[in-house]
Amino acid sequence: MSRIKTCFSTLEKANRKALISYITAGDPHPDLTVSLMHTLVEAGTDIIELGVPFSDPMADGPVIQAACERALSHHTSLHHVLDIVKEFRSKDNQTPIVLMGYQNPIEVMGIEIFAETAKQNQVDGILTVDLPIEQADATVPVYRKNNLDNIFLIAPTTSAERIKNICQQSSGFVYYVSLKGVTGAGHLDTSEVESKVLEIKQATSLPVGVGFGIKDAESAGKVATFADAIVVGSAIIREIETQADNKEKMLKNIKTLLSEMRVAMDNVSSNEQTNKEVA
Amino acid sequence: MTRTASQLAPEKESRTEQSLPDEHGMFGEYGGRYVAETLIEPLTELEQAYFRCKDDPEFIKEFDTDLANYVGRPSPLYHAKRLSQKCGGAQIYLKREDLNHTGAHKINNTIGQALLAKRMGKPRIIAETGAGQHGVASATVAARLGLECVVYMGEQDIHRQAPNVYRMRLLGAEVVPVTSGSKTLKDALNEALRDWVTNVDNTFYIIGTVAGPHPYPLLVRDFQAVIGREAKSQILEQTGRLPDALVACVGGGSNAMGLFYPFIDDENVNMFGVEAAGLGIDTDKHSAPLNAGRPGVLHGNRTYLMEDDDGQIIETHSISAGLDYPGVGPEHAWLKDIGRVEYEAVTDEEALSAFHELTRVEGIIPALESSHAVAYALQLARSMPSDKTILVNLSGRGDKDINTVADIEGITI
Repeated sequence: MSRIKTCFSTLEKANRKALISYITAGDPHPDLTVSLMHTLVEAGTDIIELGVPFSDPMADGPVIQAACERALSHHTSLHHVLDIVKEFRSKDNQTPIVLMGYQNPIEVMGIEIFAETAKQNQVDGILTVDLPIEQADATVPVYRKNNLDNIFLIAPTTSAERIKNICQQSSGFVYYVSLKGVTGAGHLDTSEVESKVLEIKQATSLPVGVGFGIKDAESAGKVATFADAIVVGSAIIREIETQADNKEKMLKNIKTLLSEMRVAMDNVSSNEQTNKEVA
Repeated sequence: MTRTASQLAPEKESRTEQSLPDEHGMFGEYGGRYVAETLIEPLTELEQAYFRCKDDPEFIKEFDTDLANYVGRPSPLYHAKRLSQKCGGAQIYLKREDLNHTGAHKINNTIGQALLAKRMGKPRIIAETGAGQHGVASATVAARLGLECVVYMGEQDIHRQAPNVYRMRLLGAEVVPVTSGSKTLKDALNEALRDWVTNVDNTFYIIGTVAGPHPYPLLVRDFQAVIGREAKSQILEQTGRLPDALVACVGGGSNAMGLFYPFIDDENVNMFGVEAAGLGIDTDKHSAPLNAGRPGVLHGNRTYLMEDDDGQIIETHSISAGLDYPGVGPEHAWLKDIGRVEYEAVTDEEALSAFHELTRVEGIIPALESSHAVAYALQLARSMPSDKTILVNLSGRGDKDINTVADIEGITI
């Protein structure tokens, strides 16, 4: 069983929702990334989404753009990102890792070589933001062959027909983009998100993660009532950005942020449990 | 001269190109729709709207009428006799897109896309711009149709093209400086895509060149193909035969695609696309992906790119902001690979010299972008006998560039 699948089934048994934390590899410095990843796990992260820096991250908002620029100022390449995963695995063999990025760096490395190295270094899933299913014919089978989960985005604009097709290509989980916009965007209409997530759940038995507009315990708690996983990214990066020179404080702030989200999400799960019991 | 055929998609059945792009927007292995999921549905809607309009006589009539009465088409084809004589080779003809309203070919496309926006009921348009010509052309049609207009422009280009920035503001557009990345055209495109993904319900994104996700390379080409259709009938009328060569500059490649497309099946017409060699193809200061780049994925399509060994897009250089772009339209990538078009490159210095030559010899001040085409045409003409003809797309006028040229020559205006 894949790490991602194991992770979700363990959480389900405990009646908990997954907290997926995103950071950009190499931000603020490649030497810090592995310890940041361990901190994310200590603070309650179930799955790590590790961003592969790209010069033109057109689906990302200003916060993650800036993270990419900081990482690229240290020449953090896809090769480095794969090395970082390998190093992380020497201490943590359990937490699933999804690489999230754009198609061009992968193509330059070569899809086969990338997939084989990712497998060797124990990456668990690949999410390529600018690779919708129509363009993914060349990658899906290669990743599958290398036991890498193919994770695709579903958007508020995605039609019912496409949702089905996307779910068929997906494994691990599907990622619902909670709003029309870029990462780190403003207001989240949770009732709208809920109805779409329920629609997706009709189409697949895969867990559904929700991300793009979740920034604090309150929004995480709300979304956790109906989603299987919460993705948080820009809110973490903001802490990295403001505390780039103070590693201790950075790690402490991130821990606080994630712990609060964790508590809010777990409260939801236990309330749900209580409600079910009452019913 | 008979008014050029009005259909958007030429009806020639024998055209091998006619079938391209395929239903996935691919020109061979290039093109496609490499975008975040949120944009797939809006792009599909745009494609459907365009396919409805392109054969709709009402739409075609409106487009043609605007091109005639607002843009001033057909633009003349001018035999540059003195320039040809001075070269001592082939006869050079200039397709005068510089005489269009707003001073470049860009308006052909913005008229078409703004009409589409109106049909689709989108009250807000956005655009990216490098040299500012596409921004001005977008702001112009927005003013005319009463649409809200936001133009994204790299901070560096805002400094290089101050007159065009002011022009856009006069026209009522909001010009948003882009400070991320290299602060040039590619970053403006990223920012426009981010705006579109956020405001997709009420916003139409007018892409200025034959790049970006499908259907943009297709629809921009079709709107610009009026250049080639007119040029074809004009050169036949003036010389009695087809030209021996076509020459156009290539940044994203819309003026070149517009000129080339109606001639693709005319096998005896050689075609030359001219990229910006900047300080030289062998330096790292140029914008010539077809000459010195390799295929990759950027801005929604697969095409030739300027990138480093890690797949990061690198900063480009050209004296002309309009050619300063690390990618190129996917149809050009395809035409290069099948060998139908030859892609050459011209340095800043050669372009500048052609700028002066055309200005002094013919009394026409060309845009620095178009000066690249003129420079290559001069080289080509010298190698051909005087009974041969070269048709050059003079894609824009040079008024916007006089500050740049003066600066280089140490002159304060």
